[in-house]
Amino acid sequence: MVSCSDAVLAEEFHAPPALAPSVSGWSIEQLYEQMVLIRRFEESLLELFAAGQLLGTTHTCIGQEANAVGVLSHLEHGRDVVVSNHRCHGHYLAFTGDVDGLLCEVMGREGGVCGGKGGSQHLCNDGFYSNGVLGSTIPVATGIALAERERRSGALTVAFLGDGALGQGVVYESFNMASLWELPILFVVENNFYAQSTPIRLGLAGEIAARGRAFGIKTAQLATTDSTEIQRVAGAVISRIRRHSRPFLLVLDTYRLSPHSKGDDVRDAVEIQDAWTRDPLHLAAAHVPSAVRSAVDAACEQRLTDAIQRALAAPPARPLG
Amino acid sequence: MTATLELRCGRALNDALTQLFEERDDVYLLGEDILDPYGGAFRITQGLSSRWPERVLTTPISEAGLFGVAAGMALRGYRPVLEIMFGDFITLGFDQIVNGIGKFREMFDDQVRVPLVVRTPMGGGRGYGPTHSQSLEKFLLGVPGITVVAANEFQDLRSLVREAVGDDSPVFLIEHKLMYGRPNRRPQSGYLGEFDALETSERYPALCLSSNGFDRAAATIVTYGGLVSAAVDAAVELVVEDETFVEIVALGQLLPLALEPVLESVARTGALVTLEEGTLTAGVGAEIAARVQEVAWTDLRGPVRRIAAADRAIPAAGLLEAHTLPSAQKVVDTVRSIVRDSVR
Repeated sequence: MVSCSDAVLAEEFHAPPALAPSVSGWSIEQLYEQMVLIRRFEESLLELFAAGQLLGTTHTCIGQEANAVGVLSHLEHGRDVVVSNHRCHGHYLAFTGDVDGLLCEVMGREGGVCGGKGGSQHLCNDGFYSNGVLGSTIPVATGIALAERERRSGALTVAFLGDGALGQGVVYESFNMASLWELPILFVVENNFYAQSTPIRLGLAGEIAARGRAFGIKTAQLATTDSTEIQRVAGAVISRIRRHSRPFLLVLDTYRLSPHSKGDDVRDAVEIQDAWTRDPLHLAAAHVPSAVRSAVDAACEQRLTDAIQRALAAPPARPLG
Repeated sequence: MTATLELRCGRALNDALTQLFEERDDVYLLGEDILDPYGGAFRITQGLSSRWPERVLTTPISEAGLFGVAAGMALRGYRPVLEIMFGDFITLGFDQIVNGIGKFREMFDDQVRVPLVVRTPMGGGRGYGPTHSQSLEKFLLGVPGITVVAANEFQDLRSLVREAVGDDSPVFLIEHKLMYGRPNRRPQSGYLGEFDALETSERYPALCLSSNGFDRAAATIVTYGGLVSAAVDAAVELVVEDETFVEIVALGQLLPLALEPVLESVARTGALVTLEEGTLTAGVGAEIAARVQEVAWTDLRGPVRRIAAADRAIPAAGLLEAHTLPSAQKVVDTVRSIVRDSVR
């Protein structure tokens, strides 16, 4: 069994509270299935690009899937809110399950969830919002959390950002307001140690978790790609936010196994190779019986093959009105 | 009637907000220093926080973030009114305005609305210097997906605020610092003082004024906001001193730009002067001039004249500021030169 015992919780964070999260979270089989779906979806996108079937760009989260599934397994589509960034496909699929809507959107076909107007980075689907300017999404998420708090909807807002977005001032304005106004929002920093091509040592001073603490925001940091571990901690954190209506900063140290975008990777090959040993799919697979795994793999493959067929057969996005 | 007996513009705006808070519970107010007893730097929000403390949020000095917070609230069904203390500070919010507020509805394929209102005072005349006196609305005119409305002292300001809050589009309501203390004068029975007055029927109406019953006149002056009163002063002087008649079109809505009343007026006058308080280059007047000549070239006897602030920082010292900004005198001089040119 592969286990990651290097979870580093900041000093304020205590063991999971007695109160269970409102959504119980997925089983390891479900976590594995969701991650396979996200992985194969994005690999398929890269293949479609290579085959000239796609226009534009895409930012895959290959290697980071455990964050999306571990956190979002505790949320309810239709009630809770997810605000994501340019690297949003994993979050979108884990939250909505909408393979066809996303595929058609990225491919510019009719049936795309935003009619082909948004494309890869600008998605919207019943409580899911993503946008492409780094950091800009964080005040919007803060306003959403304020609205949901005022409405007493019980909705929790999760805002994903990367370590690169920590260079943006509005992130700290938002941390300040979220803490000041005691908003029920979870900020998830997916720290993959690179801002596009720039390593974190050239772009970030100090510690990430300290940024939350400076604003009086409870903070936890995990250095793992084990989806069950992320799910466990996220469950405790989310339960805490739901109980106390206070913001929380969850820092997830991770690694992007794929290039930033399509073929623009200048990172050290040995470093990348080493990170593959912590591939979240392999870690989860170790806990899933091989027969189940084969069935899940085959089902995801079939689901994607069918979706791609449908998308390729679909007419182009409807003309502008 | 003396000014003290009339409703002042600042009070009219305050009344409008108060009434909206009484009527609907989805309206929130966000801004810096808006709580009682201060009630905002220009006192427009006075009284609101005492009656509705839970819906009036004083905020940190975080304009960039605040535009996003208001957008987030609007995306989830609220109607936030964001007060930006000085119009100069909208620059801090431009990422949110350009890449979020203006785009969400369209790029999310009509799945969302962003019904927020940004109220902000622009304009000089108070000696506040280079960063507290500007008129930056022209930058907003380059943002598709938002509505830009300019308030002036002759509009029904209570209706203007009500319409802005009820609008599903993000509305930027541009006020003018000098307007707040002036009486909110309204046309009565088709007249505004000695002018014939017609208001268009749009949500944010344009006000058309004529000093000779909309008969043939020397020029059309198109303006908005704080300079409408300067145009009126100029028109009075031109009648009294020169017996020259002009028409004034005071636009209510700057974006999307609706120029029908301007085109109708130019058909009568054959000459157009644009008057704005922002800097000249790439200004509102430039856009109006381009559009008018595209469709009304044959109506124009000569080139469109633009009056605007000089392309420079607005000085703090009173005389220097006055030299930099447009004035009634500049309008008079410009119309006189048009008259001279047509006589030649």
